[in-house]
Amino acid sequence: MAKFKGAVVVDTEKCKGCNLCVVACPTGVLSLAREVNGKGYHYSEMTGPGECIGCANCGMVCPDAVITVYRKNVQN
Amino acid sequence: MSVELKEIIKEENIVYRKTPALTGNVMHYCPGCSHGVVHKLIAEVVEEMGVRDKTIGVSPVGCSVLAYNYIDIDWTEAAHGRAPAVATGISRLHPGKFVFTYQGDGDLASIGTAEVMHACNRGENIVIIFVNNAIYGMTGGQMAPTTLVGQVTSTTPRGRDVKLNGFPMKITELLARLDGTGFVTRQAVHTPPAIRKAKNAIRKAFENTKKDKGTSFIEIVGTCSSGWKMTPVEANRWMVEKMFPEYPLGDIKDI
Ligand SMILES: Cc1ncc(C[n+]2csc(CCOP(=O)(O)OP(=O)(O)O)c2C)c(N)n1
Ligand code: SF4
Ligand code: SF4
Ligand code: SF4
Ligand SMILES: [Mg+2]
Repeated sequence: MAKFKGAVVVDTEKCKGCNLCVVACPTGVLSLAREVNGKGYHYSEMTGPGECIGCANCGMVCPDAVITVYRKNVQN
Repeated sequence: MSVELKEIIKEENIVYRKTPALTGNVMHYCPGCSHGVVHKLIAEVVEEMGVRDKTIGVSPVGCSVLAYNYIDIDWTEAAHGRAPAVATGISRLHPGKFVFTYQGDGDLASIGTAEVMHACNRGENIVIIFVNNAIYGMTGGQMAPTTLVGQVTSTTPRGRDVKLNGFPMKITELLARLDGTGFVTRQAVHTPPAIRKAKNAIRKAFENTKKDKGTSFIEIVGTCSSGWKMTPVEANRWMVEKMFPEYPLGDIKDI
């Protein structure tokens, strides 16, 4: 059976920490960092407990278009 | 079975990324502002239609006054509320181009009411993107014609009072009544399904330009977390609870 694994890369310097991607993720992959970026925003990163399925929800809702989503078909 | 991240993060596995029609300049908008998502959808549509070099935007006065810094197409900027008049001139002089205005609710439904009414009544072959966040975002959160009854703004500190300020203006329904409009719809960009629908509506509006089907009008109900004094996540929730009953989503007219 085909199985998909995903990953996201956030352009952390351009992220504004709005949290919209965090709540849009169905699997709890993202969370806002304790650290801040150059502009003082707690940027989003893949540090939540969940596993990414590459659904791209986070990318779609990001107003600043700073998320790239990857998805790989992994055969069992 | 665990797959290494570096095996997934490869060019060939990209399923979503910033469209090249966005310049990549950091947007000046507040965190979570709906304007960013709407910009992204317009950029994706013109890129996917392959009409970047044939698209001309007219930006408003309001937070999106600087939209030309973000979507990599030709732009001009209109005086407050006058974008539909400027777009009229451009589309008449350049048939075959995709001409659109991008306007907020203060710009379109207050100071620019006359221009949008008459452009839509003439059935100008333009697309109008109307971002309704029920407030004047740019100038510090004053009441707009679209502000909800009871909504607190900097000029209605005790909430909008109909006796004093009238009712929320449903300009989209008014414009649908005019014979010049061909496609009139109300959308939102707060969830992935809503974003897909809004993008389809924008695509359809741009396609209508080719068929000269009258004016296409797309309202996007959006948030202004700064003006509303909420976090972006709270603002989305408030929009669903309070804005959608007053401004229901869906197509209003499609000929
Ligand atoms: C002739 C004129 N009158 C008033 C203003 C002040 N002004 C600037 S933006 C704006 C309204 C902006 O609200 P909206 O169109 O809803 O845009 P938003 O910032 O909410 O996206 C006003 C009244 C101005 N710039 N020019
Ligand atoms: S791609 Fe989907 S699963 Fe992965 S982080 Fe984004 S929203 Fe979550
Ligand atoms: S939606 Fe975009 S800007 Fe907002 S926190 Fe997520 S990555 Fe950052
Ligand atoms: S003031 Fe409101 S409309 Fe303007 S950028 Fe901030 S959130 Fe967006
Ligand atoms: Mg507004």
